[in-house]
Amino acid sequence: METKSIMIVGVGGQGSLLASRIIGNVLLSQGFDVKVSEVHGMSQRGGSVVTYVKYGDKVYSPVIEKGEADIIVSFELLEAARWVSYLKKGGHLITSTQQLDPMPVVTGAAEYPENIADKLQELGVDVISADALSLAEKAGSAKASNVVLMGLIASKMDFPDEVWKDAIKQCVKEKFHELNLKAFELGKNI
Amino acid sequence: MKKLMLGNEAFARGLYEGGCRLISSYPGTPSTEITEFGAEYDAMYAEWAPNEKVAMETAVGASIAGARSFCGMKHVGLNVAADPLYTASYTGVTGGLVIAVADDPGMHSSQNEQDSRHHAIASKVPMLEPSDSAECRDFVKEAFEISEKFDTPIIVRLSTRVAHSQSSVELQDREEHDIIPYKKNAPKYAMVPAFAKARHIVVEERTKKLTEFAEKSPLNKTEINNGKIGVITSGISYQYAKEALGDGVSYLKLGMVNPLPVKLIQDFASKFDTVYVIEELDDIIEAHCKKIGVNVIGKELFGFIGELSQSIIAEKILGKKTEFTEFLEAVPVRPPVMCAGCPHRGLFYSLAKNNIIVSGDIGCYSLGSAAPLNSMDSIICMGASISALHGMNKISGKEGEKKSIAVIGDSTFIHSGITSLINIAYNATNSTVIILDNSITGMTGHQQNPTTGMNLKGDPASKVSLEELCKAVGINRIRVVDPYNMAQTEAAILEELTVEEPSVIISRRPCALLKYVKHKPALRVDTDKCKSCKMCLKIGCPAISIKDGKAAIEKTQCVGCGICTEMCKFDAITE
Repeated sequence: METKSIMIVGVGGQGSLLASRIIGNVLLSQGFDVKVSEVHGMSQRGGSVVTYVKYGDKVYSPVIEKGEADIIVSFELLEAARWVSYLKKGGHLITSTQQLDPMPVVTGAAEYPENIADKLQELGVDVISADALSLAEKAGSAKASNVVLMGLIASKMDFPDEVWKDAIKQCVKEKFHELNLKAFELGKNI
Repeated sequence: MKKLMLGNEAFARGLYEGGCRLISSYPGTPSTEITEFGAEYDAMYAEWAPNEKVAMETAVGASIAGARSFCGMKHVGLNVAADPLYTASYTGVTGGLVIAVADDPGMHSSQNEQDSRHHAIASKVPMLEPSDSAECRDFVKEAFEISEKFDTPIIVRLSTRVAHSQSSVELQDREEHDIIPYKKNAPKYAMVPAFAKARHIVVEERTKKLTEFAEKSPLNKTEINNGKIGVITSGISYQYAKEALGDGVSYLKLGMVNPLPVKLIQDFASKFDTVYVIEELDDIIEAHCKKIGVNVIGKELFGFIGELSQSIIAEKILGKKTEFTEFLEAVPVRPPVMCAGCPHRGLFYSLAKNNIIVSGDIGCYSLGSAAPLNSMDSIICMGASISALHGMNKISGKEGEKKSIAVIGDSTFIHSGITSLINIAYNATNSTVIILDNSITGMTGHQQNPTTGMNLKGDPASKVSLEELCKAVGINRIRVVDPYNMAQTEAAILEELTVEEPSVIISRRPCALLKYVKHKPALRVDTDKCKSCKMCLKIGCPAISIKDGKAAIEKTQCVGCGICTEMCKFDAITE
């Protein structure tokens, strides 16, 4: 099988590392060769954060480059716009509708573009947007919006639900299992 | 059992399986997790040392005592530890000694982009370079074998993409290696000139033997495919090359990057019309090829700067470009910022407001250099804030001393600020130093240090008193402030700048991200009272923005630190 690429983008602190680990474990359990690449340190402090997940018969490079991602999952709208160039022609862009102003917008040095999801759609990109934050709050915590989006990705990939749920349980502390499984269900049923 | 592991986690697994008994490191992105994962194995003693030099010397001592030992650091950390490295190369080892150095091409989290292979060459120590997690584990075990067989410390070089990428590793059991009984051997270990002269001869002979080993070691792998192109590469660059060029070219993948083989490279190159060297940063392999008469193409295509990637290689060698769609409007950048509730924020605002020249250092507070605070004048290396301020003040004199300040974190101060402070006291400048004591090593992800009262395992440990320490080195004016009280902190800074003797201000408040720190309820803006003056935006808090013309506080981010309430003249921000 040709290597497939999933990119997870967001803002430092939104939980993209956990999301990439969940997907990585799902893919490993299905017998794929998997590479997950993350960046730690400086860039985590509220900066734009990107992680890569690649899988197939044999994966070499752990990084994804412009025009290579089959799926991009974005935890924030502006980040979806920033990273859309990494999407392959015909790929899917899944994005939360959450907006977080970056410092240049806060200080008035730049403006947050309006109607990002619509503009991306006009470019011919397959955009699937969801209010992951509200659904996460419904599941019990705003912090679970990453797992809501995992539910949404699960609906775009062809693996049994149980595999996803096992991976979530493997990556999350036991006392948060119930909350995250609920968030996953809510995402899956969007 | 197959497990998805970070390169750093697999490295720690390799230490465990390879019978390592002691780990001593200083945190530094992207190397930190090797030691954190290593500490999870009870079979290995693990500690955070005050700096990389101490860490390496500790590991050297453990090796002399007969145990397999390890120290880990980032690339700039190896500069700090270079002193013991270059002489440990002469003494060699008793128990195997493995050193991890993690380079950061692309500078994701570093102040420079140096290539650590130069240290291996200059210290005449062998260096291995894995390209994925499975190799991290395997190479570490092999490194212990090489270390003991050739009587040498050995470096395993990682790069950010290897250290911080996960790939699958098949777990194996630990091999126990008994402690080799201690035997006094001063000619080998006591490096006075007479003994060191004899050891230098041993080092040169060892390099010859290691080169012979490199010719045949399975660490250096040849993959012959069809076509007239050969590629010589190593580490992560091999993975990029395989993805870009596939089986259309042949490869010589060098797992051992110092010393480099001669005949192996000459034989490989002789089979092809064109040979490319694909390596990140400096032209180490390329220069070696040219030195041994092998004609290769390398840096003229790929340059010396930043990371390589599959698309750079595909474009430079195959002329292939990938198409993509771009968002048509400008997308505002999202640089990293100090977290909401960061105890450094108000202090940096005060420094900026008073136009104080700030001699900065390495840590979260480097973010004080970003807009809107813009309050950092120089950042060089760990500890340089204090020593550079002393140098500046020697030149700028009394007037300069009243306008300039050094800022340094608690961990960085312990790492290499103490000797700099001694210099201020001893060689007398009226310098003012602020120790930003947030009770943790922050930027690398919350590691304990000698000022926190806890060790790597989270157990209680001896705690350095910064006040007593500063006093003992000869500083008489030492005061402690709470940076959440901006007015008090600013007054202290202005007063200490005026006095004509050296002083230390300890700005003490734990990092807001620490689990034990209790947060206050989120603050809110009374929009009737808000006059839209935007003063609250000047502190660069990620929780504050303007919504519909008025200040607004994002409740999921705000931790109620109250710095913004001190900025608001209209009492519009309340609980």
